[in-house]
Amino acid sequence: MDIYGETFTSRLMLGTARYPSPDILKQSIEASGAEIVTVSLRRESANERAGQAFWNLIRETGVRVLPNTAGCHSVREAVTTAQMAREVFGTNWVKLEVIGDADTLQPDLFGLVEAARILTKDGFQVFAYTTEDLVAADRLVEAGCRVLMPWGSPIGSARGLNNVYGLRAMRARFPEATLLVDAGIGVPSHAAQAMELGYDGVLLSSAVALAGDPVSMARAFRLSVEAGRLAFEADPLQPRDMAEPSTPVLGLASFA
Amino acid sequence: MQISVIGAGVAGLCAAVTLAERGASVTVHERAGGLGPQAASWLAGGMLAPWCETESADRAIVEPGLAAIDWWAERVPDVRREGTLVIAPARDSGELSRFARRIGNQAERLDEAGLAALEPVLAGRFRQSLHYPQEAHLDPRKALEALAGRLSDLDGSVCFGSSAEPAGAKGDIVVDCRGIAGDQSELRPVRGEMLILRTSEVTLSRPVRLLHPRMPVYVVPREAGRFMVGATMLESGSTGGVTLRSAVELMNAAYAIHPAFAEAEVEEMSAGLRPSFSDNLPRVTQSGRVVSVNGLYRHGFLLAPSCAREAADLIFGQTDQKENAA
Repeated sequence: MDIYGETFTSRLMLGTARYPSPDILKQSIEASGAEIVTVSLRRESANERAGQAFWNLIRETGVRVLPNTAGCHSVREAVTTAQMAREVFGTNWVKLEVIGDADTLQPDLFGLVEAARILTKDGFQVFAYTTEDLVAADRLVEAGCRVLMPWGSPIGSARGLNNVYGLRAMRARFPEATLLVDAGIGVPSHAAQAMELGYDGVLLSSAVALAGDPVSMARAFRLSVEAGRLAFEADPLQPRDMAEPSTPVLGLASFA
Repeated sequence: MQISVIGAGVAGLCAAVTLAERGASVTVHERAGGLGPQAASWLAGGMLAPWCETESADRAIVEPGLAAIDWWAERVPDVRREGTLVIAPARDSGELSRFARRIGNQAERLDEAGLAALEPVLAGRFRQSLHYPQEAHLDPRKALEALAGRLSDLDGSVCFGSSAEPAGAKGDIVVDCRGIAGDQSELRPVRGEMLILRTSEVTLSRPVRLLHPRMPVYVVPREAGRFMVGATMLESGSTGGVTLRSAVELMNAAYAIHPAFAEAEVEEMSAGLRPSFSDNLPRVTQSGRVVSVNGLYRHGFLLAPSCAREAADLIFGQTDQKENAA
């Protein structure tokens, strides 16, 4: 998987919040094979240095950290959080979230595009949390985003891919962009489905963190993401209306 | 045997009382001028809820947690064995089934009438709820004061304003219970914020937990119309006051449980740091004559009694060996 010119083997990214303990988080990251994890600056600390002990635990796992602007509801808030995160984590990467609705936590696409423009100009490599809206995606690519993260369904809803048609269209429309399904993944089959659509990867958090056994669930997602990618690369069958015999009829004995 | 305990939070006072009960002569050294918010346990909810806590904690806490209820009931007044009530807003009712399943078959499932029978003030507010009858709660501040009183009955004492360090403290054994102020490098702070509300319009007999996908919150009834509302869990070492965001979330949750909380007086807003290891379980360790009890995380009142017993076993076990050797 290509992320701003760097290649990663794993196509699964994990969030780091709400695990039963940092130990279980660490084991889950290992079991998932993830090479990139997201960390929320705002939610995990009241000021920029206060979360140091927890961040050190994450750094010890050796994975790359993708700071996010989770919980930001305005352009200014998101931009400030991103700048703070760059300083704290020493990375130009940022997963940009500008939340537009408190109930669905869906992105504010107008604010998102504006914040993406500001941040890419400022040297950030933006991972934009967006919807499957093609026009918004166009604007984000124009703004310099190379990684787009459309939602599967609302954050934490575990509803899977709500608009398969829209996600398929987005993949077809942006063959060059790195597309990751983010949000709404509840079970491994959801992740496999995203991969079968040709998405480059998936990002998930609660599906693993809040599972009864996060470590086993992390492993299940690892397998499903691998399975979905393999299936995509293997050129799967397309659905058809009528049966097609899997055994050739030609040459069967005729009793006429 | 002369023992110095450092820190008068729940870890220190449980250790001190346990050791004094086994015949040691115990002095507790506390940096601050009295029992108070320098100890994370002063700000605790005081829920003795081993089952509900396993929603996100290791199963290992259940057995010592259940034993802790008896331990407290034998030593401090007003340990209420009324159970815990778990509710969810209608739109999150799926969370209730998940919670019940996760914890195992410990809950009584209540319908509206069942809830009204237990907590009349909540009648008609929630169609389904769960009751964990084996659980209990106490008022942490009263419990800590009662432990300090019990310690002096056992000829021990708490020495306030004493900045004793483990290395320099007197005694055959030093028990280090400094919490987040302890020097264990593996310890990390988990910030918690809480409120105390006061109203005469709501009466509850037991802690109520509100399940919500973004913020599990509880309201614990205390004496004189007071309610503790807690608590945030932030991976942060910030010692500043309660943030507006946290206050709003806690207040919203109380309001969701009962709208009459809107009229309650906000008596207190406090923030503290829970000492935590990376598995969020406590550790009792020994190095020379220093025994450390730390990392009680959000389970101070639940697990301090068993940690104290473990520390005492370590101390007296080794003394026995010495005596045998002599």
